[in-house]
Amino acid sequence: MKIAVCIKRVPDMDVRFKIASDGASLDETGVKFDINDFDAWAVEAALQLKEKAGQGEVVVVSLGSNAVQETIRKALSMGADRGIHLQADKIPFDGFAIASALAAELKDGGYDLILFGKLSPDSSNGVTGPMTAELLDMACVTAISQLDIADGKGTAKRELEGAQEIVEFSLPAVLTVDEGLNTARYPSLKGIMAAKKKPLESKPAQLGEPKVKVEKLELPPDRAAGKIVGEGAGAVPELIRLLQTEAKVL
Amino acid sequence: MANILAFAETRNGELRKVALETVTAARKLADATGGEVHALLVGAPGVAAKADQLAQYGADIVYVSEHDGFAQYNPEATAALAADRVKSGGYRAALFATSALGRDLAPRVAGKLAAGIVTDVTAVELTGDTLTVKHPINIGKVIATVTIAGTPAVVGLRPNTFTPVANAKAGRVENVSPSVDPAATRVRVKETLTGSTGKLDLAEAPVIVAGGRGLKAAENFKLVEDLADAFGNAAVGATRAVTDDGWRPHSDQIGQTGRLVSPELYVAVGISGAVQHLAGMRTSKTIVAINKDKEAPIFKVADYGIVGDVFEVVPALTAAVREARKGH
Ligand SMILES: Cc1cc2nc3c(=O)[nH]c(=O)nc-3n(C[C@H](O)[C@H](O)[C@H](O)COP(=O)(O)OP(=O)(O)OC[C@H]3O[C@@H](n4cnc5c(N)ncnc54)[C@H](O)[C@@H]3O)c2cc1C
Ligand SMILES: Nc1ncnc2c1ncn2[C@@H]1O[C@H](COP(=O)(O)O)[C@@H](O)[C@H]1O
Repeated sequence: MKIAVCIKRVPDMDVRFKIASDGASLDETGVKFDINDFDAWAVEAALQLKEKAGQGEVVVVSLGSNAVQETIRKALSMGADRGIHLQADKIPFDGFAIASALAAELKDGGYDLILFGKLSPDSSNGVTGPMTAELLDMACVTAISQLDIADGKGTAKRELEGAQEIVEFSLPAVLTVDEGLNTARYPSLKGIMAAKKKPLESKPAQLGEPKVKVEKLELPPDRAAGKIVGEGAGAVPELIRLLQTEAKVL
Repeated sequence: MANILAFAETRNGELRKVALETVTAARKLADATGGEVHALLVGAPGVAAKADQLAQYGADIVYVSEHDGFAQYNPEATAALAADRVKSGGYRAALFATSALGRDLAPRVAGKLAAGIVTDVTAVELTGDTLTVKHPINIGKVIATVTIAGTPAVVGLRPNTFTPVANAKAGRVENVSPSVDPAATRVRVKETLTGSTGKLDLAEAPVIVAGGRGLKAAENFKLVEDLADAFGNAAVGATRAVTDDGWRPHSDQIGQTGRLVSPELYVAVGISGAVQHLAGMRTSKTIVAINKDKEAPIFKVADYGIVGDVFEVVPALTAAVREARKGH
């Protein structure tokens, strides 16, 4: 089983973002970065599949500046076998540009599975996995929360609004990972030491022509300060009044 | 003159509300340049009966593809059909809902067409040759204004954001055959497990009552369900603390790694208001919070807060809402 996992380095979301002077990018000073959570679950899924099969290779791929090598090392310290860094000045916003570069790299890799996260919180777009699958003309199942692979076939579960889908697919396939599939392991000290010696190849990304452009970034207006209606059940009548007359939702 | 394609999402042969939202948004874009709206309706035999409703909301033409292989969502055959329709129709833009289905379908279509795509947009505008969208990024903490170059543009619309507006057009039906055999695809939906039917979904409910760890135990979620029931038009949501403990399924989770919702009214019961939870609900129109800790961050985004014990406040609120809605 040869598995590739595409991982993205993303900013920590638990901050107040600042917009850079160009008005169309973020000021990254003081922002911390780490692997996208969905991608960590994808790495975990790949490691579990390899462990279950008793053999195989897990290759992690990340596109971006040299800083993404740190993200790749993290995946290697979790247990991935080798890393590929596709160099670009920065991570483009455009999903097609990224998908093209990933597809060019993965095309002749002979992978049985290529895993993605379902979404990256910074782009909030969720398109790179299925777009890459189309460019590679591979089977694709998105946002899976359960996975079973046997005899060259897979079964996965997807969450829909108020329902679930059971999906069957043939290998090779592209899968995008949702929350709930697993819990990602922490790198062990041994893993961190071993990762330093694992191969990490770095080469220029063959980015596709960007199709979308960020013209402007803005911070959304803060919600107007609300009010504490009162304490305990005694505040309920006043709340009902406000919902009827002020908010007009009742 | 720019024609717009609207993908009309269905489940179990019924149009979903997002289908009407998509047609409505398409109508507005088309009218900006005097163009037409063409809807694409895909399903099992019989689905053509829904074309009428799409016409009511502004479809000039409804392309209908009926096939037994479309009884369940068929990702590959639907994407191939939509991409072929876009190619032959020469549309300026193809609109989808950013629903579970649309999140799967739209990027496949964009990939096939090598087109630019932005999903989960809250506004879309066509001025002259430029298609501009607003797209919340960084879990909604930043709003990006994005232009999509080239034709076609693929756009995913945030559910519950584009209110359906009736605007009747001819809605002439044109039948189209699948471009690839729906029975011979590499990916197949074996079954769709629907939860208890009749329950409103989070994406469509005007009111959401969400519970957190403050409820202490799975069985106390009854309080939340009762309150939702009192509203009559409410769905139940949860925090990750709750879904992690298995009190509720993951599909009920609201937040950064769960569902994005923006109902008219969001009632947070025993929820602290962690940034990852706020990411999924901060665009709700009115937010009510009930929490015993007056310093809880949820009160910073709540329009109305009650500081108190959920076991005391929620039953009283449920009774009062029932009373207020008497006669509905
Ligand atoms: C990568 C990542 C992704 C995440 N994604 C999500 C996500 O999508 N959605 C999500 O919700 N969370 C998410 N989280 C988790 C999030 O950080 C919080 O841990 C979670 O939202 C807390 O849930 P809670 O408010 O139910 O619990 P707590 O934070 O434990 O809050 C419980 C609240 O109940 C109150 N309370 C207790 N008893 C009572 C009582 N008797 N009456 C009234 N009030 C009471 C307390 O004062 C407290 O404020 C994510 C975390 C990470 C790291
Ligand atoms: N720069 C990148 N390098 C590697 N993988 C990426 C990159 N950007 C996005 N991805 C993958 O695509 C998924 C979805 O990202 P997005 O389409 O931005 O929401 C991520 O979870 C990653 O698996």
